[in-house]
Amino acid sequence: MADEPLILGIETSCDETGVGIVRGHTLLADALASSVEEHARFGGVVPEVASRAHLEAIVPTMQRALTDAGVTLADIDAIAVTSGPGLAGALLVGVAAAKGYALAAEKPVYGVNHLAAHVAVDTLEHGPLPEPAIALLVSGGHSSLLLVDDLARGVTPLGATIDDAAGEAFDKVARLLGLPFPGGPPIDREARAGDAASIAFPRGLTAAKDLAAHRYDFSFSGLKTAVARWVEARQRAGEPVPVADVAASFQEAVCDVLTTKALAACRAQGIETLVIGGGVAANSRLRALAEQRAEKYGIRVRVPRPKLCTDNGAMVAALGSHLVAAGVAPSRLDLPADSALPLTTVSV
Amino acid sequence: MLVLVVDSSTPAVTAALVEVSADGVASRAHRCTVDARAHGELLAPQVDAVLADVDARPRDLTAIVAGLGPGPFTGLRVGLVTAATMGQVLGIPTYGVCSLDAIGYPAASGEPVLAASDARRKELYWAVYDGAGQRIVGPEVSTPVVAAARARELGALVAVGDGAHRYADVLDLPVRVEPRYPDATVLALLAAERIRAGAPGERLTPLYLRRPDAVAATGRKPVLP
Ligand SMILES: [Zn+2]
Repeated sequence: MADEPLILGIETSCDETGVGIVRGHTLLADALASSVEEHARFGGVVPEVASRAHLEAIVPTMQRALTDAGVTLADIDAIAVTSGPGLAGALLVGVAAAKGYALAAEKPVYGVNHLAAHVAVDTLEHGPLPEPAIALLVSGGHSSLLLVDDLARGVTPLGATIDDAAGEAFDKVARLLGLPFPGGPPIDREARAGDAASIAFPRGLTAAKDLAAHRYDFSFSGLKTAVARWVEARQRAGEPVPVADVAASFQEAVCDVLTTKALAACRAQGIETLVIGGGVAANSRLRALAEQRAEKYGIRVRVPRPKLCTDNGAMVAALGSHLVAAGVAPSRLDLPADSALPLTTVSV
Repeated sequence: MLVLVVDSSTPAVTAALVEVSADGVASRAHRCTVDARAHGELLAPQVDAVLADVDARPRDLTAIVAGLGPGPFTGLRVGLVTAATMGQVLGIPTYGVCSLDAIGYPAASGEPVLAASDARRKELYWAVYDGAGQRIVGPEVSTPVVAAARARELGALVAVGDGAHRYADVLDLPVRVEPRYPDATVLALLAAERIRAGAPGERLTPLYLRRPDAVAATGRKPVLP
């Protein structure tokens, strides 16, 4: 094991400053600093606030990761960094930091795709990923369904949200219900006491006519509006809003669509592995429903533990490790941060 | 003592190596590219290039000096994070210098001078220096009209820097041609005492001068077509 490459990963695409260290598929450190509390009162991530926080956090977070792993930068074989997609200014802090570390320590640097890293992180929990696999990535910033043929060289987008990201819908509905930001955890908590069948909220892009053009795409904007209308009607009538029932019914609608489409993709392609990643993968109902439905078709669902689902440095290190093992060439020092990096580009 | 200097507070992305000795600061290698939109791409290769120019390795560095701005935030952070991370790896001190000082100090010649860089949004980052090149007011951010009025009150009869060039009409002061951007050797000169004394390294805190625009990202939009 000791001769497997030691890889460091840096993540700054949104509001988490993450530094992870892995050896092969073994996680050695996963240090994280979050600016989430600074954004809470704005109901969403403020890019400049996140960028400032990354600059302050990067050096201490790196120090923590090195201490936790019991290694120094001289021991590291390569440095991987999220070069996109994400918030441009936030990405740039991480990319410039990775180059500074790489330059000073005279190590290669790999600019990698954030979404591919969400897939790769599962290897730290469940070992090498069978290829091909289907990946469902759901967070506040993205909702995508991918075909993973070769995680080192390219993944094929099958579908994505055409409006809001799934996590964004959680944030907006949480706000409607007077729950805190980010909305995922409080809705999950409230929903446990509610009846998921009490309100029939719409399932976006599941009608036969929509499936023709959007078989694997998602839409959560209509759902969000339906929840808003339902809640406002109650409020206008002077009736109390049954928060737990709304949360449970909303959550059920999201999880129903996500799992239905993800499993349909697996079956259509004859693929037996579904990986779920991104912050929304930490949702307890999504995990349970995916497993329950997949079992019927003999499909194995792989979901990393919640801390690895949300943005972190370990996922970037995991992808870096995979790229090094696959013999992929490192990036150049003029590697840019690309806020719209396409999924087909795993490393730049 | 071989010292790395970086500044990314203006469109001039700068990396330089200087030799700091008991009696002076001498430039050894210098790379500067003027491009307001590519700080992230340009700086690291330039650091690599100046090291190669003098056949040095990062471990040969004694200290790093960085221009703290003020400057447009995104570009400014590139220089500071580069300096901070390299300093961390190498275990060497990092020192910060107000970037405007590296324009105003070398421009001073006996009378007060206004040094200004572009702050975008029709504003300037500026400071006023006395005849000996010491900063007497600033750094501040304001419209060129306000900067010009303050500069006149302080007896400045000349302006310098890229911001002064851009707003020469409004400032209504003669503009000295050089330096247009922060001078890397001067940045090192202004940190030379600290470098020679082996003073403890400093946390590189940017001179933002403006609060962040506190508007949440409107839906981090889907990244797929
Ligand atoms: Zn993510």
